[in-house]
Amino acid sequence: MSVADLEKPSVERARATSFYEASARARIRLLLDPGSFVEFIGPEQREVSPHLKLFDLPEQFDDGIIVGHGQLAGSPVFIAAQEGRFMGGAFGEVHGAKLTGLLRAAKEMKSIPVLILLDTGGVRLQEANAGELAIAEIMRAVIEARTAGVKVIGLIGGRSGCYGGGGLIAGCCSALAVSEQGRIAVSGPEVIETNRGVEEFDSRDRALVWRTMGGKHRRLIGGAELFADDTVQAFREAALELLETTSGFGIDTLNAEQSRLEDRLQRFGACRDAVEIWAAEGVPDAASVPALPADQFIELADKLRRIARDAR
Amino acid sequence: MTLDRILASMFPDGHDVKNDGGVLLGSGTLRSGDRALVIGVADRTALGVDEAIRLSSAVLGSIKNGSGPILVVVDSDSQRMSKRDELLGLNEFLAHLAKSLIHADIEGRPTIGLLYGHSAAGAFLATALATRVLVGLPGADPAVMDLPSMSKVTKLPIEVLEQKAKSTPVFAPGLQNLVQLGAVHVTWDDKISLADQLEKLLRNMSDARDRRDALGKERGGRMKAADIAERVRELTMQTR
Repeated sequence: MSVADLEKPSVERARATSFYEASARARIRLLLDPGSFVEFIGPEQREVSPHLKLFDLPEQFDDGIIVGHGQLAGSPVFIAAQEGRFMGGAFGEVHGAKLTGLLRAAKEMKSIPVLILLDTGGVRLQEANAGELAIAEIMRAVIEARTAGVKVIGLIGGRSGCYGGGGLIAGCCSALAVSEQGRIAVSGPEVIETNRGVEEFDSRDRALVWRTMGGKHRRLIGGAELFADDTVQAFREAALELLETTSGFGIDTLNAEQSRLEDRLQRFGACRDAVEIWAAEGVPDAASVPALPADQFIELADKLRRIARDAR
Repeated sequence: MTLDRILASMFPDGHDVKNDGGVLLGSGTLRSGDRALVIGVADRTALGVDEAIRLSSAVLGSIKNGSGPILVVVDSDSQRMSKRDELLGLNEFLAHLAKSLIHADIEGRPTIGLLYGHSAAGAFLATALATRVLVGLPGADPAVMDLPSMSKVTKLPIEVLEQKAKSTPVFAPGLQNLVQLGAVHVTWDDKISLADQLEKLLRNMSDARDRRDALGKERGGRMKAADIAERVRELTMQTR
């Protein structure tokens, strides 16, 4: 079989596969070039969380994250994917350390980019201190890798979204692609409601959740560089585009981000709802944004706002 | 220890740190005569977009115009939990603050966190945990997650959680647990001069490498993190 024969069915499968519905393993298999993925510390090594048994909770042999290397359109990449269906993709000691190790090696090797498929509720409560610290170590490792010239791309479109410390890791990446389902936030809807009351945030109002934290809003305010349709193929293409267009990291990047965020606060700081922000941003019929199909939304977003590629 | 006492003991030669609605900004004179930038959060204030942008602005301004170490003094709530903060992209503001601190540290402006009260969740990650060395002061009571909230999520009674917390530092609140895990590098004694302890710390500053996982292993609080990270690092390096 030629390479073309091998690739064709894979592209079709990737186009037909929902990123949201797929497992972390299926996402990696369909995102990378066929047969190119090699895992580090795979499930056969049974490196499970040492803490879950204290709570009589089931363990998973990969602790809910897969890390390894493979090829993307013929070029080497490192990749990590969280499994949002195990403990909500939450960061624990082993789970986090696998990603930290990958990033530390990428920093030393300097030239190979890292893709992180974030799908997480944040810190795993049963090992909260270790999980919080793991996130702090990952943030440090992302910035050190970027300082060494490594591109770190975040892909967000899973069932658990990207919450808590996961949202901070996303903010540390060189660039992000997000689908409508890929919510990005620090405090989740339930957390806000529990702490501040249902008047502040009604977590059962799904439309409110999507328009406050969902991928369309993040794309429109500049919280993500690209909006992707909910297929693995769309995320593959987004990753390739981001690897092509993302620039380096340094003091200029940080100063540009400071201006970008100050500008956002000044322009939208008094808005009470996402629809107000979209209208202020120039969306003609802002209330219709949630219902727009992906292709029409991408066209609209591209017309409205050229995303700064040097301010994250 | 109160903030005023801490600042007075740390900077006997003077400081101009101001507390504006819980946001700490200013500088202090070190024993060496150098100035240190001081930023932070006081009075158990929640860290939202409005606070974070002022702190990152001070760090970036100091990278441009200043020199010397950067101290991050913290008694905060968690991140501000509100619709407005999330609508405006709080994750980006907190990550930006952490990135500015980490960048400063890598580029020769050593960062030191001073935890003297509370901190939690996203606020902790963006401030104290984004520094090279984190110091715990007596009375610090960090809590990644408080036990009542944990009890709600895990559906276990608080008494059961308290019982379990005796056998592991891995989930329960408290300074000693974070020392054991390697998050807090050192604790200071409030009966002797903080300026002396700061001078000693600055003199013996380790290089900018993140050693928190190794520290957690040495102290018996995190037995797996360092080894797993190192194994993955080695396997990854072999793909060269």
